[in-house]
Amino acid sequence: MEEDIRIYVEEAPGQRREIIAPTDMGLSLMEVLKASGYDIMATCGGMALCATCHVEVLAGPALFEPNDDELDMLETLPVVHPGSRLSCQIRLTPQTDGLVVRLAPTGA
Amino acid sequence: MPNVISTDICIVGAGPVGLFAVFEAGLLKLRCHVVDALPQPGGQLSEIYPKKPIYDIPGFPEILAGDLVTNLMKQIEPFHPTFTLGERVERFAKLDDGSFQLYTTDGTEIQCKAVAIAGGLGSFEPRKPAVENLEQFEGGKGVHYMVRDPEHFRDQKIVIAGGGDSALDWTNFLANVAADVTLVHRGTTFRGAADSAEKVKTLAEAGKIKLVLSSNVTHLHGNGKLAEVTITGNDGTAETMPLDHFIPLFGLTPKLGPIGEWGLELTDDAIVVDTLDYSTSLPGVFAIGDINTYPGKLKLILCGFHEAALMCQGAFKYIYPDKKYTLKYTTVNGVPTL
Repeated sequence: MEEDIRIYVEEAPGQRREIIAPTDMGLSLMEVLKASGYDIMATCGGMALCATCHVEVLAGPALFEPNDDELDMLETLPVVHPGSRLSCQIRLTPQTDGLVVRLAPTGA
Repeated sequence: MPNVISTDICIVGAGPVGLFAVFEAGLLKLRCHVVDALPQPGGQLSEIYPKKPIYDIPGFPEILAGDLVTNLMKQIEPFHPTFTLGERVERFAKLDDGSFQLYTTDGTEIQCKAVAIAGGLGSFEPRKPAVENLEQFEGGKGVHYMVRDPEHFRDQKIVIAGGGDSALDWTNFLANVAADVTLVHRGTTFRGAADSAEKVKTLAEAGKIKLVLSSNVTHLHGNGKLAEVTITGNDGTAETMPLDHFIPLFGLTPKLGPIGEWGLELTDDAIVVDTLDYSTSLPGVFAIGDINTYPGKLKLILCGFHEAALMCQGAFKYIYPDKKYTLKYTTVNGVPTL
């Protein structure tokens, strides 16, 4: 039985909301954020095709490198940050415990 | 001479669910016309992931998305559906007799007795960068989200923004057409095709184009027509230069598009339907597949197939309120025909 992990969403500077997420259901960060009530379109359903689940990783454990599909999609965005990722491509595992993210503005 | 088509059900969207709706309608002897903005049938399956295997189509342990589309096209062939591909439905009107008229971007007119919207993600539209005053210069005033006719830019001063393949390709192409080309990219490297990126660098070194890296277009200026652009570097330095046209090329993103303006009840850009027959808030208009929403909605192809079958029952009742219909099994009636 794998354990639940904690991820944090920075909703405003210095204001972080803790979210408890299971790691035994193969969920992506996008799915957990959506289920937690965040206004994420995730139009393409998680295929790295729409970038509507764009987040900025602020702190936490080192993540695996984005794959080509994700990098190609990030490349087309008008605004990215050093920690920009598509949350649909981040699979939640015990190794992602403590991740801190900020949601990108809609459409960016 | 406008192209006018007459049919029973006009299906908006030629994805898997729209295609299977042709089959279910055919069993009820209803004819279908299918419209899609993409130039080929299959929707996302053909356009985005034709080589991806799908594992949750009943009866197919594994099937490539492209093969599923090929099979669906074969399955609906006996019902002789007609298609308008590469045109987007822009407007629609409900007539006093309960029938509908739909008009596409290219002027095709479709007269039908019921409408089934199977629009999936919507249509793919250009992603707009966050630039002040951007919308003020749309519609022929200097901002273009795609290059329709390169000649439009002959001997003009243009600024292109973006770092993907289309930004690179158009920079290379327009370097020989426009008077002056500047490419602005927020990064320092390009992930696009290596030879296009190389060509851009060569043109920049030869002084044929201006390449501005680590920068973004941040402001547009002009009185009714675009005149100047401000480019701000990641280090905060800003430069303003004159131009005739600004072409931001940041890829495509799915948008609900004109369907959102047809007066149907929406929630979060999805069409609200009654699961009895997938009817929308406007009688005679139905919505199936990823574009609709209802309690418990799952965006799955197999759910869309089910929705298509029930939708056709509702469409039949709408078109022939006095006719009785009894369900027929394909095993009883053999190869289906219209």
